[in-house]
Amino acid sequence: GCFVFKPSAKKRKKTTTVDLEGHFTDGCEGAENSKTRFKLCLDLWNKIKTETEDLQDELNRNILDSLLEFTRKCSSTRRHGNWASQMRASEIPTAALVLGVNVPDHDMTFQSLSELLSCSVTPHVASLQAKECGALKHLMKRVLEQLMDTVVDEEEEEEVQHSGAPLHKSIHCSLKALCDWYCSKTKARPRSVLIMHVLVVMVLLITDVCWQKSSCSSSGKKCSSSAVDEQQQPPVVIIFKDLEAFNPKVLQDFILICSRYLDRLPLMFIFGVATSPSTVQRLLPHSVSSLLCIELFQSLSCTQHLTTVIDKLILTPSFPFKLNGKVMQVLVSIFLYHDFSVRNFIKGLQLALLEHFHSQPLSSLCCRKKEAQIQLQQLGAADLERIRQLPSFHRFLKEQEQQDQDNLRTDDAYLKIRELHLICLEKNVWESEDYQSAMKLLKMLAKEELISLLQKCAEVLQPLKSKKMKNALVQLEELLDKLKQLNAAAESAPSGEENLTSPVKNLQKKTDLFQLQKTLLEMNQSRRSKKMSPFEVLRNEAVEFVDSLVKNHLSPPESKPLYEVCYYSSSATVRRHLNATPRTSIQAALSSPHCYIQNDSLASEDGSVSNAAPDICIAHKLHLESGRLINLYDWLEAYSTVVSAAEGDGSDPDGFGKVDEVKHARFIRAVSEMEFLGFIKATKKKTDHVARLTWGGC
Amino acid sequence: MAGVLEHPGYDGEKLRRASKQLPCREVQAGMLLSLMGEPQQFCYPSLFIYGHRASGKSHVVNVLMKELELPHVTVSCVECVSVALLFEQVLVSFFGCDAASLLPRSPSLSDFVRIYKQQTSKFPSQQTRYIVMEQAELLRDANVNLLPALLRLQELVEDNVSVILLSEIVWDKFRPNSGCFEPLLLHFPDYSKAELLHILSAHRHPSHSAEFYSSYINILLGVFYTVCRDLRELQHLAALNFSKFCEPVAAGKVKETETHKLWKNIEPHLKKAMQTVYLREVSSLQWEQMDEHETGALRGLSAHTHVELPYYSKFLLIAAYLASYNPARTDKRFFVKTSNHLLGPKPFPLDRLLAIFYSVVDSRVAPTASIFSQISSLVTLQLLTLVSHDDQLDSPKYKCAVSLDFISAISRTVNFDIVKYLYDF
Repeated sequence: GCFVFKPSAKKRKKTTTVDLEGHFTDGCEGAENSKTRFKLCLDLWNKIKTETEDLQDELNRNILDSLLEFTRKCSSTRRHGNWASQMRASEIPTAALVLGVNVPDHDMTFQSLSELLSCSVTPHVASLQAKECGALKHLMKRVLEQLMDTVVDEEEEEEVQHSGAPLHKSIHCSLKALCDWYCSKTKARPRSVLIMHVLVVMVLLITDVCWQKSSCSSSGKKCSSSAVDEQQQPPVVIIFKDLEAFNPKVLQDFILICSRYLDRLPLMFIFGVATSPSTVQRLLPHSVSSLLCIELFQSLSCTQHLTTVIDKLILTPSFPFKLNGKVMQVLVSIFLYHDFSVRNFIKGLQLALLEHFHSQPLSSLCCRKKEAQIQLQQLGAADLERIRQLPSFHRFLKEQEQQDQDNLRTDDAYLKIRELHLICLEKNVWESEDYQSAMKLLKMLAKEELISLLQKCAEVLQPLKSKKMKNALVQLEELLDKLKQLNAAAESAPSGEENLTSPVKNLQKKTDLFQLQKTLLEMNQSRRSKKMSPFEVLRNEAVEFVDSLVKNHLSPPESKPLYEVCYYSSSATVRRHLNATPRTSIQAALSSPHCYIQNDSLASEDGSVSNAAPDICIAHKLHLESGRLINLYDWLEAYSTVVSAAEGDGSDPDGFGKVDEVKHARFIRAVSEMEFLGFIKATKKKTDHVARLTWGGC
Repeated sequence: MAGVLEHPGYDGEKLRRASKQLPCREVQAGMLLSLMGEPQQFCYPSLFIYGHRASGKSHVVNVLMKELELPHVTVSCVECVSVALLFEQVLVSFFGCDAASLLPRSPSLSDFVRIYKQQTSKFPSQQTRYIVMEQAELLRDANVNLLPALLRLQELVEDNVSVILLSEIVWDKFRPNSGCFEPLLLHFPDYSKAELLHILSAHRHPSHSAEFYSSYINILLGVFYTVCRDLRELQHLAALNFSKFCEPVAAGKVKETETHKLWKNIEPHLKKAMQTVYLREVSSLQWEQMDEHETGALRGLSAHTHVELPYYSKFLLIAAYLASYNPARTDKRFFVKTSNHLLGPKPFPLDRLLAIFYSVVDSRVAPTASIFSQISSLVTLQLLTLVSHDDQLDSPKYKCAVSLDFISAISRTVNFDIVKYLYDF
């Protein structure tokens, strides 16, 4: 779900890799096949993972760069001894970093931020989360622990083992302690080390050009140990990851304290803001916010982020694995409707990937062309039979072509790429309205726009290798040349325009409304009947060409043979896994138990619950029939009647429906289970009644 | 201006130096001195000094303590997250680290008094010791015994010690129900406009004449005096805007004496500063750099109110807003469409929220886990607030914490006419 914090999956992954292979044997006799599938799957996933990480880094780079710039600027301006800076109230430099509403997604950003900071600005970085900082004391403790790398004394918790132990006095959590520590840290640094640092800085400046990717994370340790900083007093950076969730009082007090130490301790804050920057002012009164020098940094919006991710992972020929329209729709709608979380989108992609390689034996062919050919030769008779069984198998076609299509999809720059992709996947593009409107738009475009657009198309087509595409490219370039020539020609012969201007001149003379209308109509007609200008001719030609190109190549993938190999299509599975419906499934389990315990004898024709169903199902059904308050005794009676009917002990008409101890106990258990599931609860209004918590049942 | 501070008990030279640093506070400082008495005399057990922000309370006390070289400790009550810190600071600065290490892990007041007594018998004081407590209003939230004990600490530890409390709040708001020792009250009034002018002008820019600078301060006060009398803040503003004031002079267009022209030049700039940098809408760094790449483009913090939310989160928020502001009995009128969805148990606001949600959202939505987790994330984002206890699983109650403007903006993005559904309109 949405902003649910999930435990990291890293740990699990490493320990169980070996066992995972076994799960891939589904529908496959040779262990060989399952192994290759597993390998392919892992390879692809690793590739996706690195790609997304790179992407993340790249997207964050701008904002992180400006943040780093800000921290550097702040720490350098601090020590200007001029008049203005002396007179100014000392403010704590603060960066408000607006990151969008999905808080768990921010973790990665903050991690790379603090890595970068410790690499290039200061070794002293502490990051705080609101849930760890309920009181000022805890907040202080966290800050001190992270910065000083020690365990800080806290009085109350250890009171249990207080008694006999010798009282070892460790530091108190106060900023004074931090201040002392900082002073000793910065002063202790000998001069020679400083010079060395300057050297390191110079080296780093040279390598700085390409710091963004692996260089930083791999050499992160080295960086932080050498504490690269040109200044003698690197700032102390404190990151508040989720500002909104902090207790305002705690935050205010902390800022007040910090401002008292600012002359000795070069502090700096980074606020992670999920909603809008105005929250800062909502949380802090003027007396506190006047202690801060807040600058705003806005990150990329999450929809833009998703678009880039889709561009990089799905609309690209380098990944053979594809999603079909419905799956794509499920993933995108989870993103847009529920969580705005790119991380979850990628998780969904991972799930689809796993499912695909797990459930589709032919997925061993889902890889690069060359590897696929090798795989193809190794196919056994059974596999071939399987191919024959595929609904789409009529002809064999190179899958490379399918990937070309994806590239082609990026042609139409007017439509949002994502949507177009979806539409492409669902039906023939040229049948959709959007496409038609796009075409109309194309027909009305001005010259320059058309040229630039066609150039873009050409660029997209450039890297492709297949012959068909090369042909298309040549044609396109011819068109472009013609258009450019036209440009030159148009300047020398502006004859066509004269015709147009004359009626316009007439128009100015006429004041009568009716007349005006008439002339306008005439004008329209004359324009239509007029011989098309050479540009228009060319434009139509171009549009038709693009149209034919699209019709030729952008057929829905379902119509292509063997699309099952590359396209994952089980949207229901994905939806079930990613968008859980706890309430519905509980209700389904209670109202149709036969599906759940796979016992057809419990199924009844009219869909009602059979008498022999588990106790809780019967209790649930009976509770649906009652009102807001349920009389427990009536409920018990009804229950006992139903159960007796099921047991069929008609032999004893007197005892029928009588409540015996066993039934009573079973009933109590069913009721307490229902209470546990949240259907009912005890009420103070009437002691022998329970209140119903569900609605809409009857 | 009142004369130099005088007191028989203290060195005249030191007093002169102190009074030089205390412009416009001579009366208060003199009063304080006479309350303190001569160094070796016993002082009144506790003094309570109150006055608005930046009215010179800490400044006067600290300057006197420093210049007269009196044994003292200054403690900020904000910083003392626990009493242990307070005790430790006092003991360290009066008796050294060894004394502080005698404190047990979570010291009580009587531990403190015991150790203090023990130490003071070892190192008896020749002069009055002072404990200065800044932001003393926070003592009201501390242990109920702490404030009364501090007020009569002299008596408890049997030492010549005096506690000076500094506060922005009047003493009446401090007095515990059970009563306590009454401290001597000393009020620091706000600086008058003339006093502000005098003090601010004293810190002139070294490369400009005093007249020029005080004419600048005069203009500054003309703009800001109505909204801000905080000396610290005014000084900050003065520093930020002075370079702009000097611009025409530096360019040679205006002479330093042409006050009116200078005023015309700076006044709109100051007015703008009042709406931006003074409110911290724009940071001081940005404000200074703005001059270079010219006006206006800089948007303040509160201009960014737009929040992007997932589609269903928007509707959940709308539903929460409606549930917060409409009486529950009117729900039926607004939201019952075909079935009697809302006839369920009324006192369960989560259900009510969901019921409204399902009726306002245009498509059919399954009650998935993500819908529920969106509710809790709205709580994390402080757009909703949980009213009932955290541990209440069965029927949590929420409140919607957004404004009508905000919800209207959200509703517009999903084409929902919220006003139509509000009872009040």
